[in-house]
Amino acid sequence: MASSISTAQNAEAPVFYLRDEHPHPEGHSTPLGFWIYLMSDCLIFAILFAIYGVVGGNYAAGPGPKDLFDLPLVALNTAMLLFSSITYGFAMLTMAKGRVAATQAWLAVTALFGLAFLSIELYEFRHLIHEGATPQRSAFLSAFFTLVGTHGLHVTFGTIWLFTLMAQVAKHGLIEANRRRLMCLSMFWHFLDVIWIGVFTFVYLMGMLR
Amino acid sequence: MNRLRLAALIPMLALLGGCNLVVMSPAGDVAAQQRDLVVISTVLMLIIIVPVMALTVFFAWRYRASNKQATYEPDWDHSTGLELIIWAAPLLIIICLGALTWMGTHLLDPYRKLDRIAAGKPVPAAARPLEVEVVALDWKWLFIYPEQGIATVNELAAPVDRPIHFRITSSSVMNSFYIPALAGQIYAMPAMQTRLHAVINKAGRYQGFSANYSGAGFSGMRFGFFGLSEGDFEGWVAKAKDAGGTLDRAAYLELERPSENVAVKRFAATEPKLFDAIRNLCVQPGKMCMSEMMALDAKGGLGLAGIHTTLPLAYDKYTRRGGEAPFGAQPAYVASICSIEEARAMMAQVPADTTPRDLTPMRGLGLPLPALTPRRPQSFSELLSLARPSNS
Amino acid sequence: MTDASAPHSMLFGRLTLESIPIHEPILIATFAVVALGGIAVVGALTYFKLWGYLWREWFTSVDHKKIGIMYMVLGLIMLLRGFADAVMMRIQQAMAFNGSEGYLTAHHYDQIFTAHGVIMIFFVAMPLVTGLMNYVVPLQIGARDVSFPFLNNFSFWMTTAGAVLVMMSLFIGEFARTGWLAYPPLSGIAYSPDPGVDYYIWALQVAGVGTTLSGINLVCTIIKMRCPGMTLMKMPVFTWTSLCTNILIVATFPVLTAVLALLTLDRYVGTNFFTNDFGGNPMMYVNLIWIWGHPEVYILILPAFGIFSEVTSTFSGKRLFGYTSMVYATVVITILSYLVWLHHFFTMGSGASVNSFFGITTMIISIPTGAKIFNWLFTMYRGRIRFEAPMMWTVAFMLTFVIGGMTGVLLAVPPADFVLHNSLFLIAHFHNVIIGGVLYGLFAGMIYWFPKAFGFRLHPLLGKFSFWFWVVGFWFAFMPLYILGLMGVTRRMRVFDDPSLQIWFVIAGFGAFLILLGIVCFLLQIAYSIWKRDELRDVTGDPWNGRTLEWATSSPPPDYNFAFTPVVHDNDAWTDMKKRGYVRPLDGFKPIHMPRNTATGIVLAGFSMAMGFALIWHIWWLAAASFAAILVTAITHTFNYHRDFHIPAEEVVQAEDERTRLLAGSRA
Repeated sequence: MASSISTAQNAEAPVFYLRDEHPHPEGHSTPLGFWIYLMSDCLIFAILFAIYGVVGGNYAAGPGPKDLFDLPLVALNTAMLLFSSITYGFAMLTMAKGRVAATQAWLAVTALFGLAFLSIELYEFRHLIHEGATPQRSAFLSAFFTLVGTHGLHVTFGTIWLFTLMAQVAKHGLIEANRRRLMCLSMFWHFLDVIWIGVFTFVYLMGMLR
Repeated sequence: MNRLRLAALIPMLALLGGCNLVVMSPAGDVAAQQRDLVVISTVLMLIIIVPVMALTVFFAWRYRASNKQATYEPDWDHSTGLELIIWAAPLLIIICLGALTWMGTHLLDPYRKLDRIAAGKPVPAAARPLEVEVVALDWKWLFIYPEQGIATVNELAAPVDRPIHFRITSSSVMNSFYIPALAGQIYAMPAMQTRLHAVINKAGRYQGFSANYSGAGFSGMRFGFFGLSEGDFEGWVAKAKDAGGTLDRAAYLELERPSENVAVKRFAATEPKLFDAIRNLCVQPGKMCMSEMMALDAKGGLGLAGIHTTLPLAYDKYTRRGGEAPFGAQPAYVASICSIEEARAMMAQVPADTTPRDLTPMRGLGLPLPALTPRRPQSFSELLSLARPSNS
Repeated sequence: MTDASAPHSMLFGRLTLESIPIHEPILIATFAVVALGGIAVVGALTYFKLWGYLWREWFTSVDHKKIGIMYMVLGLIMLLRGFADAVMMRIQQAMAFNGSEGYLTAHHYDQIFTAHGVIMIFFVAMPLVTGLMNYVVPLQIGARDVSFPFLNNFSFWMTTAGAVLVMMSLFIGEFARTGWLAYPPLSGIAYSPDPGVDYYIWALQVAGVGTTLSGINLVCTIIKMRCPGMTLMKMPVFTWTSLCTNILIVATFPVLTAVLALLTLDRYVGTNFFTNDFGGNPMMYVNLIWIWGHPEVYILILPAFGIFSEVTSTFSGKRLFGYTSMVYATVVITILSYLVWLHHFFTMGSGASVNSFFGITTMIISIPTGAKIFNWLFTMYRGRIRFEAPMMWTVAFMLTFVIGGMTGVLLAVPPADFVLHNSLFLIAHFHNVIIGGVLYGLFAGMIYWFPKAFGFRLHPLLGKFSFWFWVVGFWFAFMPLYILGLMGVTRRMRVFDDPSLQIWFVIAGFGAFLILLGIVCFLLQIAYSIWKRDELRDVTGDPWNGRTLEWATSSPPPDYNFAFTPVVHDNDAWTDMKKRGYVRPLDGFKPIHMPRNTATGIVLAGFSMAMGFALIWHIWWLAAASFAAILVTAITHTFNYHRDFHIPAEEVVQAEDERTRLLAGSRA
């Protein structure tokens, strides 16, 4: 076999392999993979919205949205989450400039807004349950608690992830891997924001109009 | 392989002669039309299936590697004309079948009133269908004849050539009401009602059963269906009348308890509107009917006052198979209350609670720390005295 | 049977000694066999000091090839369990006539048919399909591994954890008695208070995480990791069908996750999604589960279609006829599979127009499917067909599947469905497409790629025995069911009263016995081939005169798959390379960048299994502890930044020199 003749160098014969390593840098599929994951998560929310759409009017002769929801409180809550998205945006901007301390600060602010959101939501839930408007009372309440609660659970995990990333940035700085992770969390966080806008409109605002 | 398969088929064909393919030779006009559709669709599809199977065998044999005479074209992989046929042939079949489906489905919609008794025999203008109310219980069938006033368990009868209108529901889980000789099946589902229009054309005894698994006693959920002449049907009704006994709410609640392989039972009389109460899940006195609940929900529910209008379940199909969610409240039902005023009155009867009830909006100073467990009225005896039977 | 007042202890939840079914002799005997077998295996592994090897080289491996093989092993083991259930059902139904109750109580029988369905779909067909895709796809697209090698390992172990939970239900407590889709209200807490449905829920949820992640992984791999030159329309058909299947997985498994989560809430928290009362709506469950369930059958069949395409083309020695229409047909099926779910419940009282719509969309699927059948047919046309085992399975598939397809379209005509729904005709239909389609495809695929994975072929004669037993057994087992369906016999019955039916059940039982022989022959074939592996050795890496890239490398392929990334010019890349004078490179090897093995996957799956078990038995402290452990393990894993390494150039040189030597030997 004529090993000296490399097909790659022969202009006549087609090239059948690359002499040099074909670059597949670590994590080059991650943004796509994370997007696909987000879409699958979005589908879960789609189902929960659909369920709410179907049974959202089944109060089982109990209270309806108008009796239970406190719109100003939810508006405040929405503001918390929207602010957290803006501050996450600032964190990404400072990350692009490579400023570690500023990034960490913005991330911390984001986490605070996230925690504020969660606290208000928990307060709302406990109040409802205290009144007796429990998830068991009617299909409407089951769907409400599940949809809003699933979103809250996502924010909770997002916050845990945020703290983890802050520790990792503190440890290793804004290295490539950390930038990629911050980017993924950013997508996750904004995704939750979009879902919340859906919840606020579809559940709370339209609920008050029902 | 094919020879083997054919050999296997011969004894099967012999066996087929001896068995009763009820789906292929039913005694009711609706089932007969459904059978016709089965046959026509199959023949239509065989137009393409048979050539494909033949070609498969032929190509496999003709182009076997040992046959060096056969043409070999290793790079032939495209032919626009052939591909057009490949896609068009199934398409044409499906267009025919689709048209057939659309017409057949509308014509044989179980909710549609019959317009013929048999081929070429329209329903007489004066004929009123026989009304039968069907309830799937655990694990038997209850048939109520509102016109005749009787009810039977696990036995159904209808006069030959008179249209029948079934209204079907279930008391607990999903079943499917199916008499192959009469007509296709339709599900029996709790808190819902399905309908079936059918007619039986030949006198005889036919098999009916549940066609959807519903638990331990499912295999025994069989009943006899009798196609009877007008006179025999009168006799059959009289037999039930002679049996005595009334199917009232109490008797129904007793009957509703799970039991397996139940023998035929007859009731001479039935409480009026029992079927509606069953369908609305409110046979138990004091329980709100689904219809009322839905009407209230359509108006926006009963408000905060309605939160505590539930009562613990003492007896019901829920408690009889057991089951309580570990983190849920105890099994309960919604008490029969029809207006906010009634709800308020009911709430006024609730003995004073040590923790103050706070129905103000969520913000506010001095709000008591919310407790995780829902508060419930402490004594239910007062509530029970207030609750009135629904449908009264 | 437990009831609402069942004892509940802090330490063990509702798990008591009574949960262990010592009064069921069948289960005790099974347990004894499983336990003895388990002890023998564990003993042998310990005696031969194989634990370390297994742990290092297999359990913690992120190599897509090893994970693929592990999936196949899991699928085959579970096949034995699922088939044992099938045999028990056949015996019961053949016996329970003339007043006989058979040998199974309703309590036992109802668990068996539920477990049979769940296991065959989730823990046989899914692992086998995923395993083949895992093994073959990266090789076919000229990649070194999948996009997310760690996730791949994690997915496999989650699937296994789900399977273990199902197996546990055999000996601790019981499985669901609801049918494989667990329709509420029957599966709700009011009617199924026992842990059976909880086993069902948690097994599927744990395995579902694995399936979804592996779907995301393979979609990314196919989109991002293809070698230079391989445009989408130059991908092998198996890769195309895998892409579509994985897109379906990603787009449907979340629906299953959501609907099972809601059922879980109904059962654990007492919510009212699918209850009869308090505004709940069981129809929502039926709709949602089928929105997942119908695409699921295409998730299984599409890769099988891909396998048949590869096999037909290879063994006909001919390019695949109508590649483009094949690809479009696959994509059309993928999309249409979302628009047909209601045909599973025409009989639940939808209006005629709704029923016709879903009936007609269902029929439309048969058009691209028909086109596929014709494409295989015309691939055989003017070919030189070698009837090796994979090709035999393919021809058997074509003859069997068209019948299943025909009865399927028949069932899509709503008025016909009214008389055949839930009957044994339906059972015969879907076994006809799942055995005749998916399983035949998997057998073809396993035999076809076996020499690639292990370096030696499977023994052909035993393979032929297995084939004939399966094919003949299939007809004996399911033709009677078609007939019984037309006699108006419904599914899931435990006892019968019409003695004229019995003969058909006996014939079906005989068919099941033939299939048993088929399975035995298949296992013998594997064992015998391992024993005689030197005689069956393939050193060329291309035993079938293959056409796609996986045949370009050695058998088994080295860890890195290809020493140099291939460049593709044609659909049949390897045929093209062979034809146009490809010369295998012999020098210039460089170090190769590879992912590092990790134990995180198996640890996470172990904790998930513990959490599932704890939730099933209401052992709250264990559930909380396992959840915390999952969280801590996952976070700790993210602190590890060194997940890759380089295979030194010397090792690559060594491996490639070995192959050169073998190739020279085979030519000599």
